[in-house]
Amino acid sequence: MASTPELLPYQRIREDLFRPLSGISRAYALTTAVAFVVGAAGLIAWGYQLRRGMGVTGLGRPVFWGFYIVDFVFWIGISHAGTLISAILRLTNAAWRKPVTRAAEAITVFALMIGGMFPIIHLGRAWLFYWLLPYPNSRLLWPNFRSPLLWDLTAIVTYMTGSVIYLYLPLIPDMAQLAEHNTPWRRKFYRALSLGWTGSDRQWHALERAMKLMACLILAVAVSVHTVVAWDFAMALAPMWHSTIFGPYFVAGAIFSGIAALILVMAALRKVLRLESYLTRRHFDNLARLLLLMSLLWLYFTVSENLTVWYGNDPKEMAVFGARTRAHYAPYFWTMVVLNFVIPFVVLGIRRLRTIANTAIAAGCVVVGMWLERFVIVVPTLANPRLASASGSYAPTWVEGAITAATFAAMVMLYMIFSKLFPIIAVWEFKPHEQEDE
Amino acid sequence: MEHRWGMAIDLDRCTGCEACVVACHAENNLPVSNPEQAAEGRTAHWIRVDRYYQGEFPDVKVKYMPVLCQQCDNAPCEPVCPVYATYHNPEGLNVQVYNRCVGTFYCANNCPYTVRYFNWFAPEWPEPLELQHNPDVAVRMGGVMEKCTFCIQRIKRAKEDAAQEKRPLADGEVQPACVQSCPAEAMVFGDLDDPQSKVSRLAANGRATRLLEELGTKPKVFYLERAK
Repeated sequence: MASTPELLPYQRIREDLFRPLSGISRAYALTTAVAFVVGAAGLIAWGYQLRRGMGVTGLGRPVFWGFYIVDFVFWIGISHAGTLISAILRLTNAAWRKPVTRAAEAITVFALMIGGMFPIIHLGRAWLFYWLLPYPNSRLLWPNFRSPLLWDLTAIVTYMTGSVIYLYLPLIPDMAQLAEHNTPWRRKFYRALSLGWTGSDRQWHALERAMKLMACLILAVAVSVHTVVAWDFAMALAPMWHSTIFGPYFVAGAIFSGIAALILVMAALRKVLRLESYLTRRHFDNLARLLLLMSLLWLYFTVSENLTVWYGNDPKEMAVFGARTRAHYAPYFWTMVVLNFVIPFVVLGIRRLRTIANTAIAAGCVVVGMWLERFVIVVPTLANPRLASASGSYAPTWVEGAITAATFAAMVMLYMIFSKLFPIIAVWEFKPHEQEDE
Repeated sequence: MEHRWGMAIDLDRCTGCEACVVACHAENNLPVSNPEQAAEGRTAHWIRVDRYYQGEFPDVKVKYMPVLCQQCDNAPCEPVCPVYATYHNPEGLNVQVYNRCVGTFYCANNCPYTVRYFNWFAPEWPEPLELQHNPDVAVRMGGVMEKCTFCIQRIKRAKEDAAQEKRPLADGEVQPACVQSCPAEAMVFGDLDDPQSKVSRLAANGRATRLLEELGTKPKVFYLERAK
């Protein structure tokens, strides 16, 4: 196993991790520019949709939910990278977590920012989205808290608030350090954000307590958020949606895709920021094992879901099951099985194959596979409603494609900006004893 | 409440002529679509005629079934709306408040009968059809959900007329456009709370069933069909 970053001299760690914050390379500028163009194209597509109407999408009767809802569930799932990994590892005091947590927590916040857009993008009259908020108004109208969409909104706003705090807290000591020697505007920026951190014992204790508390809270919130997202479907009286397994199935799927996204981001950071001595084989190996475990859990849930339906043989559910596994949507379903189970199982299950590059490839497969999983859950059910005469199909248009592509660009762009403002690994966590410094 | 509106549709009488569909379009200001829009699934009909085929060609029997909003007493579309745009009115109708609808599509997903229609674009009428809009019915904007109302504007008009003349509403006085236009007289509309009304008697008929009754939605549309 490669050497652990904990053994490096602190001065070097500081230099290594603060260095990426200054200077902009050509590759950085180019990537950001490309991400910006793709993101802008998505915004233009959305503008077009707002102007013309939802008819520019491939949605129709009976498939009223399509790419946008798939993207929504997908990104909320990705957001489980940060909280779950970092909170669990923090609470269990896993020593190897240090270089991983911040990268993970940042994914959570950005994925939530992106995912949280979709319920709005998806609205027929998006400019009225605030009608879903319980705000006091002259007409004394209150939103309907019996609707799972309201539970969803509540859960996501809570989760967003929690994970921003959870990302922010461990940033404070690093920002205080960054405020010391820096360019004038950065000094001002970090000083304001570090909230007067001086590093006194009292502050350290308060910070530690706050982080522990947030880790506990965020775990509960994370589990409930994706359960509620699952209930958007499970509460509906639609074949193969109305299922008790959806809550845990979605949470497991979210953690699964979250770990995959984290591995991908870590592999990219390792290459781009030359963090080879921080994000080592050991980190990738540990996360690869976790991914393998989640892949097996995912298979277990998928088999449970489909086997019970197939054995029960209810005609309405079998119409959806048939569409998924044998007819129109079978290519998506079986590709999903290959990407989410077959490839990760082989690549991560055989120790000799579990290299960093291969782990990243498996993680990429899982990210795509989990997107397909959400598609396979959302669309075939709607395409096969209870009255067969109303059945239909769904094919997305360029508008939905452009907006979906833009979300990935947005993730890249947000991450690029973040990596220029904040060290992507918590520097202070490597400090041997804070009193000895200076 | 004074009324509980319901409908009975005799499938043994229905000829599948779709006069009800046309009448509904004219009464309720539904946009008409050209073939391209229809191919893209952008049509809207508050009532549609489903066709079921029995047997192999040439021995085919076609069964027609007009399907409109079933005005469920236990409507799955209602609780899922986050802004109360779809709600149960005191006379048991599932009404849609267009001005309040933000277009989450959730009600349409949760309707087992798939009878909710969305305004994918702002509606347009080829000239001069916009001149024949019914002044009693709102013209909906793009981005909102809509569906059959049991011609609530006709119910209101009839109730007002009766109130003015200080008399109770007579059975058969309210006729939604589809019922009025049915040449086979397959559709009957009336008050289910009045045991003497024609619709109540038909609902109690041995031939009466309700669509997807097993879901517990308690629809107020009764389909009459001879048992085979």
